[in-house]
Amino acid sequence: MHPFRYVAAGSIDEAVAVLREHGARARPLAGGTDILAQLRAGRFELDALVDVKGVPEASALRLGRDGLDIGAAVPCYRIYEDPDVSAAYPGIVDAASLIGGIQIQSRATIGGNLCNAAPSADSIGPLIVHAAAVTLAGPAGTRTVPVDSFCTAPGRTVLGEDELAVSIHVPRPPARFGAAYERFIPRNEMDIAVVGVACAVVLDRSGERIESARIALASVGPTPIVAAKAAASLVGGPPSADAFRAAGEVAADEASPIDDMRGTIGHRRDLVRVLTRRTLERAVQRASGGTASGNTGRGTR
Amino acid sequence: MTSKTGSKKSESKKTGAERKFRVVGTRPIRHDGWDKVLGRAVFGADIKLPGLVHGAVLRSPYAHARIVKIDLSKAEAAPGVLAVMTGADMPIAASKVLDLGEEVTNAVFASDRVMARTKAVYKGHPVAAVAAVDHNVALEALRLIEVSYEVLPHVVTIEQAMAPGAPLVHDDLVGSDIGERVEHTNVADHIRYEVGDPEAAFAEAATIVELECRVSRAHQGYIEPQNATALWHQDGKLTVWTSTQGSFSQRNSLSSVLMMPASSIKVVPMEIGGGFGGKIGIYLEPLAAILSRKCGHPVKLVMERRDVFDATGPGPGGIIRVKMGVDAHGVITAATADIRYGAGAYPGASINPAAVCVFACYRVPNARIDAYDVVINLSKTAAYRAPGSPQASFATETVVDEICRRIGMDPAEFRLLNATRGGDRRTDGPTFPRIGNVETVEAIRGSAHYRAKLGRASSPTKKRGRGMASGYWQGIGNKSTVTINVNNDGVVSLIEGSADIGGTRTSIAMQAAEILGIAAEDVHPAVVDTDSIGYTDLTAGSRTTYATGAAAIQAAEQVVEEMKKRAALVWETDEANVRFADGVFTNGAAKNQHLTFKELCGKLDTTGGHVSTTGVVNIRGSGGGSFATHLVDVEVDTDTGKVEILRYTAAQDAGKAVHPAYVEGQMEGGAVQGIGWALNEEYVVGDDGVMQNATFLDYRMPTSLDVPMIDTIIVEVPNERHPFGVRGIGETCIVPPMPAISNALRDALGVRLTELPMKPGRIMAALQAQAGP
Repeated sequence: MHPFRYVAAGSIDEAVAVLREHGARARPLAGGTDILAQLRAGRFELDALVDVKGVPEASALRLGRDGLDIGAAVPCYRIYEDPDVSAAYPGIVDAASLIGGIQIQSRATIGGNLCNAAPSADSIGPLIVHAAAVTLAGPAGTRTVPVDSFCTAPGRTVLGEDELAVSIHVPRPPARFGAAYERFIPRNEMDIAVVGVACAVVLDRSGERIESARIALASVGPTPIVAAKAAASLVGGPPSADAFRAAGEVAADEASPIDDMRGTIGHRRDLVRVLTRRTLERAVQRASGGTASGNTGRGTR
Repeated sequence: MTSKTGSKKSESKKTGAERKFRVVGTRPIRHDGWDKVLGRAVFGADIKLPGLVHGAVLRSPYAHARIVKIDLSKAEAAPGVLAVMTGADMPIAASKVLDLGEEVTNAVFASDRVMARTKAVYKGHPVAAVAAVDHNVALEALRLIEVSYEVLPHVVTIEQAMAPGAPLVHDDLVGSDIGERVEHTNVADHIRYEVGDPEAAFAEAATIVELECRVSRAHQGYIEPQNATALWHQDGKLTVWTSTQGSFSQRNSLSSVLMMPASSIKVVPMEIGGGFGGKIGIYLEPLAAILSRKCGHPVKLVMERRDVFDATGPGPGGIIRVKMGVDAHGVITAATADIRYGAGAYPGASINPAAVCVFACYRVPNARIDAYDVVINLSKTAAYRAPGSPQASFATETVVDEICRRIGMDPAEFRLLNATRGGDRRTDGPTFPRIGNVETVEAIRGSAHYRAKLGRASSPTKKRGRGMASGYWQGIGNKSTVTINVNNDGVVSLIEGSADIGGTRTSIAMQAAEILGIAAEDVHPAVVDTDSIGYTDLTAGSRTTYATGAAAIQAAEQVVEEMKKRAALVWETDEANVRFADGVFTNGAAKNQHLTFKELCGKLDTTGGHVSTTGVVNIRGSGGGSFATHLVDVEVDTDTGKVEILRYTAAQDAGKAVHPAYVEGQMEGGAVQGIGWALNEEYVVGDDGVMQNATFLDYRMPTSLDVPMIDTIIVEVPNERHPFGVRGIGETCIVPPMPAISNALRDALGVRLTELPMKPGRIMAALQAQAGP
């Protein structure tokens, strides 16, 4: 392995300075559960790793009136172990509690999952349906990018060479909001999503009509896919099994899966149909104040 | 294995007359337990020696490529690099068959496999190696080695390899087609067994079923990667520390590949983190040895997981076609099998054991078995738990299940009607001695699981099914040595050469304790190097508790005989008057004269000195082998194709279970490995001939959340060839799971899955094909 510098940054400025110095040959380090494995496997080599766990803004988890701010270095367990966050952001909690295993969750971060930009990332779809945006810091200051336009290709994002993700802002959900994330893996833990589907819905006052919906798909395209047509098909209609099934059909068309070692095109389209239906059911249940909320801590696998 | 014991059920079915045991059949804590639990056991990669340096291996990125040129100059000049080697440093091995017990290969192939000379024949094939002051310097030096390759077309499937005009893995391979010499071929061997007239019998059969099954190659998945540390001494001797299933077979292989006398090599077996057949052959040992010779230091090499998948031997994949016919009463009248295994880059895909096992569970009066050993551009396969049997038996047992459905017969009744018994001939020739085939089927038929209802599925999209399958492994006997040294305090030291993978220190010590009438804890077992014990064959072929156990019994009996002489001296009586039973020596000529084993040990110094004995055995065969029958309940999500194993019961003949907990552990472990092979484990090989899923993340072995508690039923039909009736049990347990699960899926879904793994996408495709376009 090529020797690299390890810098434990204490501030955003310090981290940015190291990134600036090394350009593409430096990367931020949060939980390290992806980047260290990639370095060991020789996927790329670096001259510096900038640990951002000591950067206060990156390590804060703050639930405020305007929403939730997840520091980029906050490990998954801090999210699902917070009862207030769990109650308000069920889709994100679903993802945080199934990434890797318990040991991984004590280290791995949502920020890292986002910046690693794997098509199969479990947390990106939930962030998208929760309308999250990520704050990036660079030499010119900070900028904010909606999560649904952050990833550009497998492993690629809009992040500049000298930029790092500082935190993710998730707006406070409106009333009668529900969200859910589910993935399919052949085993029951320690696996990569063959398909993942995140859904969010807002019901009207009567609870019998869908006011708005968002659907995002994982592992069926080079980046997380926003299934806008499937979501649109639900708006104004009732939260019925037929509507969910129809949305699943549309979502399957919006997916553009490939055959690879983890699954086939046909199986993946089938799974998009099934998981869209199932996550919509759960999201609506949560929106109606049902029992399927994530406020028990670790979500359903 | 798993530690959750809450709901686990274990039954024991005893058959036949029983000797009264005091130690055998109990469950003492294993002798190596403390060290293993506390992390003090020293595994291969843990070794530290004065002056130790570290090596790394450069491997071919191509499945098939001619090595045009290797430029080592930059690597050799790099600071911290102590030695660099290539295939040119390897001695030219003489052609010689290496029979390693469960694995047979030629020394020329064994040599070529560890380092390529003129061409790489599998991805991951070593082409050079470096020793340096530390591991990272060695890794960086690999990047300075310049290899120019001429990439050649490759064959990675059996169809590709057997196609007319296929690229040849070895230009000079001479194959045998039922004894006929064949040149320019990828089919190294075609063997045939034939009995009766299968065609005539098929013509009269009432029902015939034929299936073609496909099985992916599957890796043993041991946690500990291969490793080797070698020191080439200045006097020309060699010491190798390694994790191996057989220190003596390792020594023989090294002797043939390094072209030096076996007596000049000392192999020190380290604790082994799993083997399952995969740690029989040599991989890194010759490279560490040559690097050590070149640099004068002890050199350590340890594989990465990627290397383990790419370049060590998994069990072979194959295409197996089985046809079976029965008469109007359901009695099997004929069967044929066509077995084709992908050996990997060198011959030796355990096709003979496949032929032995394919019909071993059934009386088949008219049979023909053809088996083909096909070389392909993937790593050479190795033994994997009952090598060759699971793949072939998958076909047989699914065919049997289809016949049962076709003729409306209960699968247990069909098996009882057709099962082989003692005195029957196995289709490959030998006559079975007393065996427990029928008894394992009866055990399953009598189990609570068999009588229980399947129950309703947990949701409308899910379906449940139940499946049964049987399996066989013949096992081996062979050579073992055990030395017992009796200490004055009544504790004996037991010195052995059998690598302990599955608790055999304890199961062997218990057999000695039984004879000596002492507690298992009063036998201290030690696994020692090849200079410190007589020849002992490898820990494989389900032989160790059986054969090394027999050597321990022999050594212990010699101890008893010698101790009787000592008691006679103490009592000043004739030796013939001394009796020994239940750990107590008594004088038949004088009442009230008795000495416990321990008491007599205290008198050894005054009766002629210490007692030391050695048991040496060379046992032909296993005494009939071990049969198993498994029963499984599954629930399938028809929306996704995901399979949940609801309930699993394994029954197996152990002859006599020396340590029942370890027997159960083997049965559970075999079932779990089989569940993995059945549902998800496979080598996904790309068009470039490279395995794509060479990590434990993507090589989907079951986790503890993916399997239920495995219920076990130990059947005990004594083995006539062992003093206590012991049978080797480590391997048969991986044979039934795959067909049992296919049979359960057939029951649940109405579709027959004939290809392993039966992964979710494949199940969905089968359901969609069933539903029609």
